[in-house]
Amino acid sequence: MQSAEWSDPPGRGGGDRLMDDTGTVVAFWLLSAITVGAALMVVAVRNLVHAVVFLILSFVGVAGLYITLSADFVAVTQILIYAGAVSVLMLFAIVLTPRGDRDNRETFLRLPALLLALVVAFTLGYVAIDTEWAISDREGFEETASVIGEALLDKYVLPFEIASVLLLVAMLGAIVLVRPESGVEEAPE
Amino acid sequence: MSVDLEHYLIVGALLFAIGLYLALAKRNFVAVLMGIELMFNAVNLTFVSFSRFVESPNPLDGHVFVVFVITVAAAEAATALALAVLLYRVRDTIDVDRIDLLKW
Repeated sequence: MQSAEWSDPPGRGGGDRLMDDTGTVVAFWLLSAITVGAALMVVAVRNLVHAVVFLILSFVGVAGLYITLSADFVAVTQILIYAGAVSVLMLFAIVLTPRGDRDNRETFLRLPALLLALVVAFTLGYVAIDTEWAISDREGFEETASVIGEALLDKYVLPFEIASVLLLVAMLGAIVLVRPESGVEEAPE
Repeated sequence: MSVDLEHYLIVGALLFAIGLYLALAKRNFVAVLMGIELMFNAVNLTFVSFSRFVESPNPLDGHVFVVFVITVAAAEAATALALAVLLYRVRDTIDVDRIDLLKW
């Protein structure tokens, strides 16, 4: 699956070669090919369960890209939450809707959506290449978990607490939504 | 040959576009959710790559933001998939084309 049709960006300064060892370069190209290729397969496959499997592959590829960016904590979180929890939830939703449409078809919006996606991809890519980012020449992070933990309990403690309340509300909401009507014996559907 | 910020940004842009297409064009409600999750992933990848490459006094704030995004995305996924199951129970379909009670 060809994922990368852009060329190496024209040398910018040349002094800021941050990640130029062969292992990182090979890992980046391999992982981005896996990620984008699996995402394209999610669009292309005709069976929803296969689509979820390719989605998991794409999530794992993104986790690998996080590791090349020396974001260890975020990579582990990605594997746990996305590749583990969210995709299992999606499989549950698919098997709980047995008479739903199992094939992965498009609506009449197919062509406009394709056009819009292409426009968005080209715009974002153009802006990414064209902008002069304030690149720093620091090395990759040694380890991130302790710094993230301190930031969560110090500077970002309020959003942290709000996030826990949000998770509680979402869990309760999901339970209440799918709970069968009380008192009535549900006939098996 | 080296890997720069632009490479990661373009991978993020491609992922976002694929997710956008899925969310807009797919017929099945769960496939629409898959597109939304892919878009979340693209944004998170962009956050982490800016955090790695760009000059900043607190470079790890991007990671903290990603942790919050993942939290909210998990809450969103749980609620939306519960809605999908409920919708199936009530209307017997999760085809977004056939959920048109409010259509003129």
